[in-house]
Amino acid sequence: MHTVSNPPAPGRAVLPSGAEMAPPVAASPMVSFRGVTKRFADRGGKGEFIALAGVDLEVPKGAITGIIGRSGAGKSTLIRLVNGLENPTSGSVLVDGVDVGGLDETKLRGLRRQVGMIFQHFNLLSSRTVYGNIALPLEIAGLSRAAIKARVAPLIDLVGLSDKAGRYPAELSGGQKQRVGIARALATEPKLLLSDEATSALDPETTQSILDLLKTINRDLGLTVLLITHEMEVVKSIASEVAVIDKGLIVESGRTFDVFTRPRHETTRALLSGLPGTKLPDAITRRLKADGGTGDRIYTRLTFFGATAEQPLIARLMSELGAEVNIITGTIDEIAGEPYGSLVVSYSADPAVLSRAEAFYAQTGLSTEVLGYGA
Amino acid sequence: MAPDMLLALLWKALVQTVHMVAVAGLIGTLVGLPIGVFLANSGRGELFAAPMVNRIVGLIVNATRSTPFIILVVAIIPFTRLVAGTSIGTSAAIVPLTLATIPFVARLIEAAIREVDRGLIEAARAMGASRWQIVTKVLIAEARPGITLALTLTLVSLIGYSAMVGAVGGGGLGDLGIRYGYQRFMPEVMAAVVVVLILLVQAVQSAGDALARRFDKRNRQT
Repeated sequence: MHTVSNPPAPGRAVLPSGAEMAPPVAASPMVSFRGVTKRFADRGGKGEFIALAGVDLEVPKGAITGIIGRSGAGKSTLIRLVNGLENPTSGSVLVDGVDVGGLDETKLRGLRRQVGMIFQHFNLLSSRTVYGNIALPLEIAGLSRAAIKARVAPLIDLVGLSDKAGRYPAELSGGQKQRVGIARALATEPKLLLSDEATSALDPETTQSILDLLKTINRDLGLTVLLITHEMEVVKSIASEVAVIDKGLIVESGRTFDVFTRPRHETTRALLSGLPGTKLPDAITRRLKADGGTGDRIYTRLTFFGATAEQPLIARLMSELGAEVNIITGTIDEIAGEPYGSLVVSYSADPAVLSRAEAFYAQTGLSTEVLGYGA
Repeated sequence: MAPDMLLALLWKALVQTVHMVAVAGLIGTLVGLPIGVFLANSGRGELFAAPMVNRIVGLIVNATRSTPFIILVVAIIPFTRLVAGTSIGTSAAIVPLTLATIPFVARLIEAAIREVDRGLIEAARAMGASRWQIVTKVLIAEARPGITLALTLTLVSLIGYSAMVGAVGGGGLGDLGIRYGYQRFMPEVMAAVVVVLILLVQAVQSAGDALARRFDKRNRQT
Protein backbone atom coordinates (compact mmCIF):
# COMPACT_ATOMS: atom_id res chain seq x y z
CA MET A 1 0.00 0.00 0.00
CA HIS A 2 1.53 3.23 1.11
CA THR A 3 5.20 3.36 1.56
CA VAL A 4 5.48 6.97 2.55
CA SER A 5 6.28 6.38 6.19
CA ASN A 6 9.28 4.18 5.39
CA PRO A 7 12.56 5.78 6.27
CA PRO A 8 13.66 7.87 3.31
CA ALA A 9 16.01 6.23 0.86
CA PRO A 10 19.56 7.41 1.50
CA GLY A 11 19.75 10.75 -0.20
CA ARG A 12 21.75 10.73 -3.38
CA ALA A 13 23.57 13.78 -2.18
CA VAL A 14 24.95 12.14 0.93
CA LEU A 15 28.29 10.54 1.37
CA PRO A 16 28.76 9.08 4.82
CA SER A 17 31.48 10.86 6.68
CA GLY A 18 34.90 9.36 6.06
CA ALA A 19 33.60 6.72 3.67
CA GLU A 20 35.77 5.39 0.89
CA MET A 21 34.60 6.50 -2.51
CA ALA A 22 32.78 3.52 -3.92
CA PRO A 23 32.87 3.37 -7.71
CA PRO A 24 29.88 5.42 -8.75
CA VAL A 25 26.92 3.34 -9.73
CA ALA A 26 25.19 6.03 -11.73
CA ALA A 27 26.86 9.19 -13.01
CA SER A 28 29.85 10.45 -11.05
CA PRO A 29 29.13 13.55 -8.99
CA MET A 30 29.79 17.03 -10.40
CA VAL A 31 31.27 18.23 -7.12
CA SER A 32 32.60 16.21 -4.17
CA PHE A 33 33.59 17.72 -0.87
CA ARG A 34 35.75 15.30 1.08
CA GLY A 35 36.49 16.01 4.70
CA VAL A 36 36.75 19.70 3.95
CA THR A 37 37.71 22.07 6.72
CA LYS A 38 38.41 25.78 6.53
CA ARG A 39 39.83 27.95 9.26
CA PHE A 40 40.44 31.67 9.07
CA ALA A 41 42.93 33.49 11.24
CA ASP A 42 41.33 36.20 13.31
CA ARG A 43 42.12 39.77 12.40
CA GLY A 44 44.29 40.16 15.47
CA GLY A 45 46.32 37.10 14.50
CA LYS A 46 45.38 35.29 17.70
CA GLY A 47 42.85 32.50 17.56
CA GLU A 48 40.99 31.32 14.53
CA PHE A 49 37.51 31.13 13.17
CA ILE A 50 36.32 27.74 11.97
CA ALA A 51 34.13 28.24 8.91
CA LEU A 52 33.93 24.59 7.88
CA ALA A 53 34.42 21.77 10.36
CA GLY A 54 34.62 18.73 8.08
CA VAL A 55 32.22 18.67 5.16
CA ASP A 56 31.46 15.57 3.10
CA LEU A 57 28.98 16.16 0.34
CA GLU A 58 28.35 15.15 -3.23
CA VAL A 59 26.58 17.32 -5.74
CA PRO A 60 24.95 15.20 -8.46
CA LYS A 61 25.32 16.04 -12.14
CA GLY A 62 22.46 17.66 -13.96
CA ALA A 63 20.47 18.53 -10.85
CA ILE A 64 19.85 21.73 -8.92
CA THR A 65 21.32 21.31 -5.45
CA GLY A 66 20.65 23.79 -2.72
CA ILE A 67 22.84 24.36 0.32
CA ILE A 68 20.87 26.15 2.95
CA GLY A 69 21.93 27.60 6.26
CA ARG A 70 21.77 30.70 8.38
CA SER A 71 24.24 33.47 7.79
CA GLY A 72 27.60 32.53 9.25
CA ALA A 73 26.93 28.80 8.81
CA GLY A 74 29.79 28.50 6.33
CA LYS A 75 27.89 28.24 3.06
CA SER A 76 29.64 31.18 1.36
CA THR A 77 32.99 29.63 2.17
CA LEU A 78 31.82 26.25 0.92
CA ILE A 79 30.74 27.50 -2.49
CA ARG A 80 33.98 29.50 -2.93
CA LEU A 81 36.00 26.32 -2.56
CA VAL A 82 34.43 24.91 -5.71
CA ASN A 83 36.08 27.40 -8.07
CA GLY A 84 39.15 27.92 -5.93
CA LEU A 85 38.31 31.43 -4.73
CA GLU A 86 39.17 29.96 -1.34
CA ASN A 87 41.36 26.97 -0.53
CA PRO A 88 40.43 24.38 2.07
CA THR A 89 42.58 24.12 5.18
CA SER A 90 42.33 20.34 4.88
CA GLY A 91 40.37 17.87 2.79
CA SER A 92 39.73 18.18 -0.91
CA VAL A 93 37.16 19.47 -3.36
CA LEU A 94 36.70 17.64 -6.65
CA VAL A 95 34.96 19.20 -9.62
CA ASP A 96 34.01 16.58 -12.18
CA GLY A 97 36.75 14.37 -10.75
CA VAL A 98 39.46 17.05 -10.73
CA ASP A 99 40.99 18.09 -7.41
CA VAL A 100 40.72 21.88 -7.35
CA GLY A 101 43.51 22.20 -4.78
CA GLY A 102 45.97 20.36 -7.02
CA LEU A 103 45.68 22.77 -9.94
CA ASP A 104 48.32 25.34 -10.81
CA GLU A 105 47.32 28.92 -11.61
CA THR A 106 46.81 28.29 -15.34
CA LYS A 107 44.80 25.10 -14.91
CA LEU A 108 42.72 26.75 -12.18
CA ARG A 109 41.81 29.55 -14.58
CA GLY A 110 40.83 26.89 -17.12
CA LEU A 111 38.58 25.23 -14.54
CA ARG A 112 36.97 28.54 -13.64
CA ARG A 113 35.93 28.97 -17.26
CA GLN A 114 33.96 25.74 -16.91
CA VAL A 115 32.28 26.95 -13.72
CA GLY A 116 30.03 29.98 -13.95
CA MET A 117 29.13 32.02 -10.89
CA ILE A 118 26.41 34.50 -10.02
CA PHE A 119 26.37 36.77 -6.99
CA GLN A 120 23.99 38.36 -4.52
CA HIS A 121 25.06 41.86 -5.53
CA PHE A 122 25.43 40.94 -9.21
CA ASN A 123 29.02 42.27 -9.46
CA LEU A 124 28.53 43.79 -12.88
CA LEU A 125 31.03 46.29 -14.26
CA SER A 126 29.37 49.70 -14.15
CA SER A 127 31.58 50.89 -17.00
CA ARG A 128 30.35 48.24 -19.41
CA THR A 129 27.01 47.82 -21.14
CA VAL A 130 24.89 44.69 -20.86
CA TYR A 131 26.64 43.41 -23.98
CA GLY A 132 30.07 44.35 -22.64
CA ASN A 133 29.48 42.62 -19.32
CA ILE A 134 28.40 39.38 -20.95
CA ALA A 135 31.36 39.62 -23.33
CA LEU A 136 33.90 40.05 -20.51
CA PRO A 137 34.50 36.36 -19.68
CA LEU A 138 34.92 35.68 -23.40
CA GLU A 139 37.45 38.51 -23.77
CA ILE A 140 39.26 37.04 -20.80
CA ALA A 141 39.25 33.65 -22.50
CA GLY A 142 40.80 35.31 -25.55
CA LEU A 143 38.00 34.83 -28.09
CA SER A 144 37.92 36.93 -31.24
CA ARG A 145 35.53 39.84 -31.54
CA ALA A 146 33.39 37.93 -34.04
CA ALA A 147 33.27 34.79 -31.90
CA ILE A 148 32.26 36.88 -28.90
CA LYS A 149 29.45 38.51 -30.82
CA ALA A 150 28.15 35.14 -31.98
CA ARG A 151 28.11 33.88 -28.39
CA VAL A 152 26.69 36.95 -26.64
CA ALA A 153 23.70 37.68 -28.87
CA PRO A 154 21.81 34.42 -28.16
CA LEU A 155 22.58 34.75 -24.44
CA ILE A 156 20.99 38.19 -24.31
CA ASP A 157 17.91 36.67 -25.94
CA LEU A 158 17.94 33.71 -23.55
CA VAL A 159 17.72 35.95 -20.48
CA GLY A 160 15.14 38.19 -22.11
CA LEU A 161 17.15 41.40 -22.41
CA SER A 162 17.22 41.79 -26.20
CA ASP A 163 16.16 45.43 -26.01
CA LYS A 164 18.72 46.30 -23.32
CA ALA A 165 22.01 45.23 -24.93
CA GLY A 166 23.36 48.78 -25.04
CA ARG A 167 22.26 49.79 -21.56
CA TYR A 168 24.52 50.23 -18.54
CA PRO A 169 23.87 48.39 -15.25
CA ALA A 170 22.81 51.63 -13.54
CA GLU A 171 19.88 51.76 -15.95
CA LEU A 172 18.63 48.27 -15.05
CA SER A 173 16.43 46.91 -12.25
CA GLY A 174 17.78 44.34 -9.80
CA GLY A 175 16.15 41.45 -11.64
CA GLN A 176 17.55 42.65 -14.96
CA LYS A 177 21.02 42.96 -13.44
CA GLN A 178 20.85 39.38 -12.21
CA ARG A 179 19.77 38.29 -15.70
CA VAL A 180 22.92 39.92 -17.03
CA GLY A 181 24.86 38.10 -14.31
CA ILE A 182 23.36 34.80 -15.39
CA ALA A 183 24.07 35.43 -19.07
CA ARG A 184 27.65 36.38 -18.18
CA ALA A 185 28.05 33.21 -16.12
CA LEU A 186 26.81 31.13 -19.06
CA ALA A 187 29.01 32.83 -21.65
CA THR A 188 31.88 30.37 -21.42
CA GLU A 189 29.43 27.45 -21.68
CA PRO A 190 30.19 26.09 -18.21
CA LYS A 191 29.13 22.67 -16.97
CA LEU A 192 28.42 23.96 -13.48
CA LEU A 193 26.73 27.13 -12.28
CA LEU A 194 27.38 28.41 -8.76
CA SER A 195 24.79 30.72 -7.30
CA ASP A 196 25.79 32.73 -4.25
CA GLU A 197 22.56 34.03 -2.70
CA ALA A 198 21.57 35.16 -6.18
CA THR A 199 18.03 36.16 -5.24
CA SER A 200 18.61 37.49 -1.73
CA ALA A 201 18.70 41.11 -2.87
CA LEU A 202 15.54 40.78 -4.96
CA ASP A 203 11.86 41.18 -4.17
CA PRO A 204 9.70 38.00 -4.06
CA GLU A 205 8.23 38.42 -7.53
CA THR A 206 11.61 39.05 -9.16
CA THR A 207 13.06 36.18 -7.15
CA GLN A 208 10.52 33.84 -8.69
CA SER A 209 11.32 34.97 -12.22
CA ILE A 210 15.05 34.48 -11.65
CA LEU A 211 14.41 31.03 -10.15
CA ASP A 212 12.27 30.14 -13.15
CA LEU A 213 15.12 31.21 -15.41
CA LEU A 214 17.58 29.03 -13.48
CA LYS A 215 15.17 26.11 -13.71
CA THR A 216 14.83 26.60 -17.46
CA ILE A 217 18.60 26.74 -17.90
CA ASN A 218 19.05 23.61 -15.81
CA ARG A 219 16.45 21.77 -17.87
CA ASP A 220 17.30 23.01 -21.35
CA LEU A 221 21.07 23.16 -21.13
CA GLY A 222 21.47 20.27 -18.70
CA LEU A 223 23.58 22.54 -16.55
CA THR A 224 24.33 21.44 -12.99
CA VAL A 225 23.42 24.17 -10.52
CA LEU A 226 24.79 24.51 -7.00
CA LEU A 227 23.18 27.29 -5.05
CA ILE A 228 23.55 28.58 -1.54
CA THR A 229 20.80 30.48 0.17
CA HIS A 230 19.27 31.23 3.54
CA GLU A 231 15.77 31.19 2.06
CA MET A 232 13.82 27.93 2.31
CA GLU A 233 11.49 29.18 -0.41
CA VAL A 234 14.34 29.17 -2.93
CA VAL A 235 15.32 25.58 -2.19
CA LYS A 236 11.71 24.45 -2.05
CA SER A 237 10.97 26.03 -5.36
CA ILE A 238 13.82 24.76 -7.56
CA ALA A 239 16.30 22.48 -5.80
CA SER A 240 15.75 18.75 -6.18
CA GLU A 241 18.58 18.04 -3.73
CA VAL A 242 19.33 19.89 -0.54
CA ALA A 243 22.01 19.98 2.11
CA VAL A 244 21.49 21.83 5.39
CA ILE A 245 24.61 23.42 6.83
CA ASP A 246 25.01 24.59 10.39
CA LYS A 247 28.15 25.71 12.23
CA GLY A 248 30.38 24.46 9.44
CA LEU A 249 28.85 21.00 9.20
CA ILE A 250 26.32 19.40 6.88
CA VAL A 251 23.64 18.30 9.33
CA GLU A 252 21.23 16.80 6.86
CA SER A 253 21.08 16.16 3.13
CA GLY A 254 19.14 14.28 0.53
CA ARG A 255 16.24 14.78 -1.84
CA THR A 256 14.60 18.08 -1.04
CA PHE A 257 11.21 16.44 -0.79
CA ASP A 258 12.43 13.89 1.76
CA VAL A 259 14.36 16.38 3.83
CA PHE A 260 11.57 18.94 3.90
CA THR A 261 8.74 16.55 4.60
CA ARG A 262 10.65 14.62 7.28
CA PRO A 263 13.18 17.05 8.71
CA ARG A 264 15.33 15.22 11.23
CA HIS A 265 17.67 17.93 12.42
CA GLU A 266 16.88 20.83 14.66
CA THR A 267 18.32 23.38 12.20
CA THR A 268 16.23 22.05 9.33
CA ARG A 269 13.10 22.30 11.45
CA ALA A 270 13.99 25.81 12.50
CA LEU A 271 14.58 26.87 8.91
CA LEU A 272 11.36 25.18 7.79
CA SER A 273 9.28 26.87 10.45
CA GLY A 274 9.68 30.05 8.47
CA LEU A 275 7.54 28.64 5.67
CA PRO A 276 3.92 29.76 5.73
CA GLY A 277 1.46 27.07 6.88
CA THR A 278 4.08 25.18 8.84
CA LYS A 279 4.29 27.51 11.80
CA LEU A 280 1.98 27.05 14.77
CA PRO A 281 0.21 30.13 16.06
CA ASP A 282 2.27 31.66 18.87
CA ALA A 283 -0.59 31.44 21.32
CA ILE A 284 -0.53 27.65 20.98
CA THR A 285 3.27 27.28 20.93
CA ARG A 286 3.44 29.07 24.27
CA ARG A 287 0.97 26.63 25.83
CA LEU A 288 2.73 23.47 24.64
CA LYS A 289 4.55 21.22 27.11
CA ALA A 290 6.85 18.32 26.38
CA ASP A 291 4.81 15.88 28.47
CA GLY A 292 1.09 15.55 28.95
CA GLY A 293 -1.14 14.31 31.71
CA THR A 294 -4.74 13.16 31.63
CA GLY A 295 -7.10 15.75 30.33
CA ASP A 296 -4.42 17.27 28.09
CA ARG A 297 -4.58 17.35 24.33
CA ILE A 298 -1.81 16.09 22.08
CA TYR A 299 -0.69 18.28 19.17
CA THR A 300 0.48 16.25 16.19
CA ARG A 301 1.71 17.20 12.75
CA LEU A 302 0.49 14.91 10.00
CA THR A 303 2.40 14.99 6.75
CA PHE A 304 0.90 13.45 3.66
CA PHE A 305 1.89 13.22 0.04
CA GLY A 306 0.92 11.56 -3.19
CA ALA A 307 -1.77 8.93 -2.73
CA THR A 308 -2.46 9.67 0.94
CA ALA A 309 -3.42 13.19 0.05
CA GLU A 310 -6.39 11.91 -1.91
CA GLN A 311 -8.06 9.98 0.93
CA PRO A 312 -10.64 11.41 3.36
CA LEU A 313 -8.11 11.04 6.16
CA ILE A 314 -9.52 13.52 8.62
CA ALA A 315 -12.98 11.99 8.51
CA ARG A 316 -11.47 8.54 9.03
CA LEU A 317 -9.21 9.77 11.81
CA MET A 318 -12.18 11.15 13.73
CA SER A 319 -14.21 7.98 13.45
CA GLU A 320 -11.23 5.75 14.28
CA LEU A 321 -10.32 7.76 17.37
CA GLY A 322 -13.82 8.12 18.61
CA ALA A 323 -12.75 11.57 19.75
CA GLU A 324 -13.07 15.06 18.42
CA VAL A 325 -10.14 16.29 16.25
CA ASN A 326 -9.25 19.94 16.05
CA ILE A 327 -7.41 21.32 13.02
CA ILE A 328 -4.88 23.94 14.10
CA THR A 329 -3.09 24.87 10.90
CA GLY A 330 -2.37 23.33 7.55
CA THR A 331 -0.91 23.81 4.13
CA ILE A 332 -1.00 22.15 0.75
CA ASP A 333 2.06 22.94 -1.31
CA GLU A 334 4.65 21.70 -3.75
CA ILE A 335 8.23 20.86 -2.91
CA ALA A 336 10.60 20.52 -5.84
CA GLY A 337 7.55 19.88 -7.99
CA GLU A 338 5.95 17.21 -5.77
CA PRO A 339 2.64 17.86 -4.01
CA TYR A 340 2.76 17.81 -0.27
CA GLY A 341 0.44 18.60 2.61
CA SER A 342 1.01 19.31 6.27
CA LEU A 343 -1.69 19.45 8.91
CA VAL A 344 -1.40 20.12 12.63
CA VAL A 345 -4.24 18.57 14.64
CA SER A 346 -5.01 18.20 18.31
CA TYR A 347 -7.03 15.53 20.10
CA SER A 348 -7.36 14.03 23.55
CA ALA A 349 -4.17 12.63 25.04
CA ASP A 350 -6.16 9.87 26.70
CA PRO A 351 -4.10 6.63 26.47
CA ALA A 352 -6.93 4.75 24.75
CA VAL A 353 -7.23 7.43 22.08
CA LEU A 354 -3.47 7.53 21.61
CA SER A 355 -3.20 3.79 21.01
CA ARG A 356 -6.03 3.94 18.48
CA ALA A 357 -4.25 6.80 16.74
CA GLU A 358 -0.99 4.81 16.59
CA ALA A 359 -2.82 1.93 14.99
CA PHE A 360 -4.45 4.20 12.46
CA TYR A 361 -1.16 5.86 11.49
CA ALA A 362 0.55 2.48 11.14
CA GLN A 363 -2.27 1.23 8.97
CA THR A 364 -2.39 4.25 6.64
CA GLY A 365 1.32 4.99 6.58
CA LEU A 366 0.86 8.62 7.59
CA SER A 367 4.02 10.38 8.69
CA THR A 368 3.52 12.04 12.06
CA GLU A 369 5.39 14.21 14.47
CA VAL A 370 4.29 14.97 18.02
CA LEU A 371 4.72 18.67 18.70
CA GLY A 372 3.69 18.67 22.35
CA TYR A 373 0.87 18.59 24.84
CA GLY A 374 -1.44 21.26 26.06
CA ALA A 375 -4.87 22.10 27.30
CA MET B 1 56.11 97.20 -20.59
CA ALA B 2 55.03 97.29 -24.18
CA PRO B 3 52.09 94.97 -24.86
CA ASP B 4 53.83 93.04 -27.61
CA MET B 5 56.85 92.49 -25.41
CA LEU B 6 54.61 91.29 -22.57
CA LEU B 7 52.82 88.95 -24.95
CA ALA B 8 56.11 87.52 -26.17
CA LEU B 9 57.27 86.95 -22.59
CA LEU B 10 53.96 85.38 -21.62
CA TRP B 11 53.97 83.10 -24.64
CA LYS B 12 57.49 81.89 -24.00
CA ALA B 13 56.67 81.27 -20.33
CA LEU B 14 53.43 79.48 -21.18
CA VAL B 15 55.25 77.16 -23.58
CA GLN B 16 57.84 76.39 -20.88
CA THR B 17 55.16 75.69 -18.30
CA VAL B 18 53.17 73.45 -20.63
CA HIS B 19 56.38 71.67 -21.61
CA MET B 20 57.38 70.99 -18.00
CA VAL B 21 53.89 70.02 -16.87
CA ALA B 22 53.29 67.76 -19.86
CA VAL B 23 56.55 65.85 -19.63
CA ALA B 24 56.54 65.57 -15.83
CA GLY B 25 52.84 64.66 -15.88
CA LEU B 26 53.32 61.99 -18.51
CA ILE B 27 56.37 60.31 -16.97
CA GLY B 28 54.98 60.76 -13.47
CA THR B 29 51.76 59.02 -14.49
CA LEU B 30 53.53 56.21 -16.33
CA VAL B 31 55.55 55.43 -13.20
CA GLY B 32 52.99 56.45 -10.57
CA LEU B 33 50.04 54.52 -12.00
CA PRO B 34 51.55 51.06 -11.56
CA ILE B 35 52.77 52.03 -8.10
CA GLY B 36 49.25 53.20 -7.24
CA VAL B 37 47.72 49.96 -8.56
CA PHE B 38 50.26 48.00 -6.53
CA LEU B 39 49.58 49.98 -3.36
CA ALA B 40 45.84 49.41 -3.74
CA ASN B 41 46.18 45.65 -4.16
CA SER B 42 49.16 44.46 -2.15
CA GLY B 43 47.71 44.38 1.34
CA ARG B 44 47.21 41.12 3.19
CA GLY B 45 44.98 38.74 1.24
CA GLU B 46 44.75 41.01 -1.77
CA LEU B 47 45.49 40.41 -5.44
CA PHE B 48 49.24 41.09 -5.27
CA ALA B 49 49.55 40.34 -1.57
CA ALA B 50 52.97 41.57 -0.38
CA PRO B 51 52.33 43.36 2.89
CA MET B 52 56.00 44.04 3.59
CA VAL B 53 56.73 45.55 0.17
CA ASN B 54 53.49 47.47 0.43
CA ARG B 55 54.64 49.02 3.69
CA ILE B 56 58.08 49.91 2.33
CA VAL B 57 56.71 51.47 -0.86
CA GLY B 58 54.15 53.34 1.21
CA LEU B 59 56.91 54.67 3.42
CA ILE B 60 58.96 55.92 0.45
CA VAL B 61 55.87 57.53 -1.05
CA ASN B 62 55.09 59.30 2.21
CA ALA B 63 58.68 60.46 2.64
CA THR B 64 58.79 61.97 -0.85
CA ARG B 65 55.44 63.61 -0.39
CA SER B 66 56.32 65.19 2.93
CA THR B 67 59.50 66.81 1.57
CA PRO B 68 58.67 70.42 0.64
CA PHE B 69 59.01 70.73 -3.13
CA ILE B 70 61.49 73.58 -3.12
CA ILE B 71 63.78 71.51 -0.85
CA LEU B 72 63.39 68.49 -3.11
CA VAL B 73 64.44 70.62 -6.09
CA VAL B 74 67.66 71.66 -4.40
CA ALA B 75 68.36 68.37 -2.64
CA ILE B 76 68.38 66.26 -5.77
CA ILE B 77 70.55 68.55 -7.89
CA PRO B 78 73.27 65.87 -8.27
CA PHE B 79 70.67 63.39 -9.45
CA THR B 80 69.19 65.97 -11.81
CA ARG B 81 72.62 66.60 -13.31
CA LEU B 82 73.04 62.87 -13.80
CA VAL B 83 69.71 62.51 -15.61
CA ALA B 84 69.41 65.77 -17.54
CA GLY B 85 73.11 66.51 -17.99
CA THR B 86 72.64 69.91 -16.39
CA SER B 87 71.12 71.27 -13.22
CA ILE B 88 69.64 74.44 -14.63
CA GLY B 89 66.99 75.17 -17.25
CA THR B 90 63.62 73.81 -18.23
CA SER B 91 64.81 70.27 -18.94
CA ALA B 92 66.58 70.11 -15.59
CA ALA B 93 63.43 71.36 -13.83
CA ILE B 94 61.46 68.47 -15.25
CA VAL B 95 63.45 66.00 -13.11
CA PRO B 96 62.30 67.18 -9.66
CA LEU B 97 58.81 67.86 -11.02
CA THR B 98 58.57 64.26 -12.22
CA LEU B 99 59.96 62.93 -8.98
CA ALA B 100 57.36 64.84 -6.99
CA THR B 101 54.57 63.75 -9.32
CA ILE B 102 55.18 60.00 -8.98
CA PRO B 103 54.14 59.58 -5.32
CA PHE B 104 51.37 62.13 -5.76
CA VAL B 105 49.86 60.17 -8.65
CA ALA B 106 50.46 56.87 -6.86
CA ARG B 107 48.41 57.88 -3.80
CA LEU B 108 45.58 59.33 -5.88
CA ILE B 109 45.42 56.27 -8.14
CA GLU B 110 45.50 54.03 -5.08
CA ALA B 111 42.46 55.84 -3.72
CA ALA B 112 40.64 55.64 -7.06
CA ILE B 113 41.33 51.90 -7.40
CA ARG B 114 40.22 51.24 -3.83
CA GLU B 115 36.86 52.73 -4.75
CA VAL B 116 36.22 49.77 -7.07
CA ASP B 117 33.88 47.21 -5.51
CA ARG B 118 35.88 44.19 -4.29
CA GLY B 119 33.04 41.99 -5.56
CA LEU B 120 34.14 42.80 -9.11
CA ILE B 121 37.58 41.34 -8.44
CA GLU B 122 35.97 38.20 -7.12
CA ALA B 123 33.70 38.00 -10.16
CA ALA B 124 36.66 38.42 -12.50
CA ARG B 125 38.65 35.76 -10.65
CA ALA B 126 35.65 33.44 -10.90
CA MET B 127 35.68 34.01 -14.69
CA GLY B 128 39.25 32.79 -14.87
CA ALA B 129 40.87 36.20 -15.32
CA SER B 130 44.60 36.54 -14.76
CA ARG B 131 45.83 39.22 -12.39
CA TRP B 132 46.92 41.33 -15.34
CA GLN B 133 43.45 41.02 -16.87
CA ILE B 134 41.84 41.96 -13.57
CA VAL B 135 43.98 45.10 -13.42
CA THR B 136 43.39 46.20 -17.00
CA LYS B 137 39.87 45.01 -17.70
CA VAL B 138 38.30 45.50 -14.30
CA LEU B 139 40.21 47.76 -11.92
CA ILE B 140 41.48 50.42 -14.30
CA ALA B 141 38.38 50.25 -16.48
CA GLU B 142 36.07 50.70 -13.51
CA ALA B 143 38.22 53.34 -11.83
CA ARG B 144 38.52 55.40 -15.02
CA PRO B 145 36.36 58.31 -13.81
CA GLY B 146 38.33 58.47 -10.56
CA ILE B 147 41.66 58.11 -12.35
CA THR B 148 40.74 60.90 -14.75
CA LEU B 149 39.93 63.22 -11.85
CA ALA B 150 43.14 62.17 -10.10
CA LEU B 151 45.23 63.03 -13.16
CA THR B 152 43.41 66.33 -13.55
CA LEU B 153 44.29 67.20 -9.98
CA THR B 154 47.87 66.13 -10.68
CA LEU B 155 48.16 68.48 -13.66
CA VAL B 156 46.71 71.38 -11.70
CA SER B 157 49.14 70.75 -8.83
CA LEU B 158 52.00 70.45 -11.32
CA ILE B 159 51.17 73.87 -12.72
CA GLY B 160 51.50 75.20 -9.19
CA TYR B 161 54.77 73.34 -8.51
CA SER B 162 56.22 74.53 -11.79
CA ALA B 163 56.16 78.10 -10.46
CA MET B 164 58.87 77.10 -8.00
CA VAL B 165 61.40 75.74 -10.45
CA GLY B 166 62.43 79.27 -11.35
CA ALA B 167 64.87 78.65 -8.52
CA VAL B 168 66.88 76.42 -10.84
CA GLY B 169 66.25 78.47 -13.97
CA GLY B 170 63.33 76.36 -15.08
CA GLY B 171 61.41 79.31 -16.45
CA GLY B 172 57.68 79.17 -16.92
CA LEU B 173 54.79 81.38 -15.88
CA GLY B 174 55.47 81.35 -12.16
CA ASP B 175 59.07 82.35 -12.71
CA LEU B 176 57.95 85.17 -14.98
CA GLY B 177 55.61 86.47 -12.33
CA ILE B 178 58.28 86.36 -9.61
CA ARG B 179 61.09 87.95 -11.62
CA TYR B 180 59.16 90.64 -13.50
CA GLY B 181 56.08 91.15 -11.40
CA TYR B 182 57.64 90.93 -7.93
CA GLN B 183 61.37 91.63 -8.18
CA ARG B 184 61.05 94.35 -10.87
CA PHE B 185 57.80 95.83 -9.51
CA MET B 186 55.75 95.28 -12.66
CA PRO B 187 52.26 94.60 -11.35
CA GLU B 188 50.83 94.36 -14.89
CA VAL B 189 53.10 91.38 -15.60
CA MET B 190 52.08 89.76 -12.33
CA ALA B 191 48.41 90.32 -13.16
CA ALA B 192 48.82 88.93 -16.65
CA VAL B 193 50.62 85.84 -15.32
CA VAL B 194 47.87 85.21 -12.77
CA VAL B 195 45.15 85.58 -15.42
CA VAL B 196 46.91 83.13 -17.76
CA LEU B 197 47.41 80.65 -14.88
CA ILE B 198 43.76 80.89 -13.91
CA LEU B 199 42.69 80.26 -17.51
CA LEU B 200 45.11 77.37 -17.84
CA VAL B 201 43.98 75.67 -14.62
CA GLN B 202 40.34 76.30 -15.50
CA ALA B 203 40.81 74.70 -18.93
CA VAL B 204 42.56 71.65 -17.50
CA GLN B 205 39.95 71.18 -14.77
CA SER B 206 36.98 71.56 -17.13
CA ALA B 207 38.45 69.13 -19.63
CA GLY B 208 39.16 66.63 -16.85
CA ASP B 209 35.68 66.95 -15.38
CA ALA B 210 34.04 66.51 -18.76
CA LEU B 211 36.12 63.45 -19.51
CA ALA B 212 35.39 61.91 -16.12
CA ARG B 213 31.68 62.50 -16.59
CA ARG B 214 31.83 60.80 -19.96
CA PHE B 215 33.55 57.76 -18.41
CA ASP B 216 31.18 57.57 -15.46
CA LYS B 217 28.22 55.27 -16.18
CA ARG B 218 27.26 54.76 -12.57
CA ASN B 219 24.52 57.32 -12.18
CA ARG B 220 22.71 57.02 -15.44
CA GLN B 221 18.98 57.27 -15.24
CA THR B 222 16.58 55.80 -17.77
